[in-house]
Amino acid sequence: MANIGSAKKTGRVRHDRAFPIFNTLFLILLMFITLYPVINTVAYSFNEGTDALRGNIGLFPRVFSTESYKSILSDSAVYQAAWISASKTVLITLLNLFWTSMLAYALSRKEYVLRKPITLLMVLTMYVNAGLIPNYLLISRTLHLSNSYLVYIIPTMFSCFNMIVIRTYIMGLPEALVESARIDGAGDIRIFWQIIFPLCKPVLATVALFVAVGSWNSWFDTYLYNGGKKELYTLQYLLKMKLATTQASANAAKATADAMKSVNLTTPVTIRCAITVIATVPILVVYPFLQKYFVTGIALGSVKE
Amino acid sequence: MDGISNKSNKNEGRRGFWGSVRKLKGQWQLMLLSIPMLIYILIFNYSPMWGWITAFQDYKPKLGIAGSKFVGLKNFKWLFGRADFIQSVRNTLGMSVINLVLGTVTSILLAILLNEVRQIKFKRVVQTVTYLPHFLSMVIVVGMAQNIFASNGPLNLLLMNLHLVKEPIFFLGEGKLFWWLVGVINVWKEVGWNTIIYIAAMTAIDPSLYEAASIDGAGRFNRIRYITLPGIKSTFIILLIMNIGHLMEAGFEIQYLLGSSLTMDWSQTIDVFVLKYGISKQQYGVATAAGIFKSVVAIILLFAANTIAKKLDENTLI
Repeated sequence: MANIGSAKKTGRVRHDRAFPIFNTLFLILLMFITLYPVINTVAYSFNEGTDALRGNIGLFPRVFSTESYKSILSDSAVYQAAWISASKTVLITLLNLFWTSMLAYALSRKEYVLRKPITLLMVLTMYVNAGLIPNYLLISRTLHLSNSYLVYIIPTMFSCFNMIVIRTYIMGLPEALVESARIDGAGDIRIFWQIIFPLCKPVLATVALFVAVGSWNSWFDTYLYNGGKKELYTLQYLLKMKLATTQASANAAKATADAMKSVNLTTPVTIRCAITVIATVPILVVYPFLQKYFVTGIALGSVKE
Repeated sequence: MDGISNKSNKNEGRRGFWGSVRKLKGQWQLMLLSIPMLIYILIFNYSPMWGWITAFQDYKPKLGIAGSKFVGLKNFKWLFGRADFIQSVRNTLGMSVINLVLGTVTSILLAILLNEVRQIKFKRVVQTVTYLPHFLSMVIVVGMAQNIFASNGPLNLLLMNLHLVKEPIFFLGEGKLFWWLVGVINVWKEVGWNTIIYIAAMTAIDPSLYEAASIDGAGRFNRIRYITLPGIKSTFIILLIMNIGHLMEAGFEIQYLLGSSLTMDWSQTIDVFVLKYGISKQQYGVATAAGIFKSVVAIILLFAANTIAKKLDENTLI
């Protein structure tokens, strides 16, 4: 009996030692799989164009070349698109933080008479959506916002979900803050702007990250409303169009490959990868700084469920 | 202090509609902070619902909603008579179910594995890396997928070197593989991100439960089976209900960007159908009808899932 018991014990101990090793190895493999496509894209972007059509490029470029970047950086359309993308992202983020936190404060005040009806109307919009076509008809036909910069800003400058996240955070702040300020004679606008807004930094950082990434990554609004106006194209929309051309060339694969061999040093594939790298760098730069905030942000969002 | 408490007492004394109106006069600052966004959502979220009427009309943009002719359920009948609409409903549900099952299973597995990691630094590195794809746009992800899954891409090379296949697989042009392709790409993009909520649920589990189980002789797998999994059960059920409510939302970005004429029969979802008929072909009435059909089914699914979950919970209570 004693023997069996000890055998079992050593078995478990061995097993307990083996598991962390396998676990670590598996997680390293997972990180490799996660990063592989990203590094692969960078490798393609630095590869010579016609050579890239042969495929089979892994983690390093086969024939190194910076032609793709040179050709992009001499293209004024790319600069214009980068400017549109960056400016609309900054504007939308600032407007969102302002409008969203303002309403979040008002709806966090329990004594506010209109609190319940407004909150209900807000929450309902998260579940019921008019749908693509009615929204399209409103924005392009009723409000005449197509073919303008404003169509990037106005329809996305407020988000109910983010408002709820910020409101949950404000309701977790000590009530005494508001009460003591009120005794000192401050009105709600002043309390919001001078006391609550500065205290919301962590949750605002999370919301800012979500809004900024969403705006930077969007291409569909350009496709729907600004497809006919080249000077309003965003980086993501340029990429989307390159996606279509590379797909077309992939469909007609070898014929075009031969034709291109003699002519160009760049091909749609390498150009697309280079734009991808340029469009990803800003996210990679911002991401590590905000990472510590967004996990708390998600936890906050889940509290409301 | 006294003055304030008196004031609030007085306010409590006034009840009913006129009491509220009088109280509202003192809250003009709060109204100033909230009314602009109320007007905003009334315009941008509620006024388009008026457009649902077009689903029952032979809608002509020139005539507008007021001038267009009512045709009853003709648009809906037309939809259900079309093979490509039925196909798009099938594709939406198929891809949603694959996404839901694959996504849930993989993210719970990863959350458990991460929860077992003792070195905090390593854990943080894995989290940072696996959250990253969540922030990449679908345009970028599809571009990467075109490289990886190309017939002369790294995946086919790997499979051929391992002698698993003789000929390269045409991943991007094979209709029947499309659903799984979308499932795999979505897992790659979201698996890390989706662990966040499960890991949050796991950190809420009382550590003394694990200690007690160890003392009682429970091994790692039994601790996972009897403590970790029950600990995340309520999170799992809430997420499941929400996801079932979203079964009609298989997404459209990835299908629209990754699909081609070769895979159309398997890649077109309801959203892509709406886009094609509504925006490209300008058949607004039909496209709106498809959108309404989607919303109605989604609401039914949400309530059904909620009811089933409630019943299951009662059963487990007994």
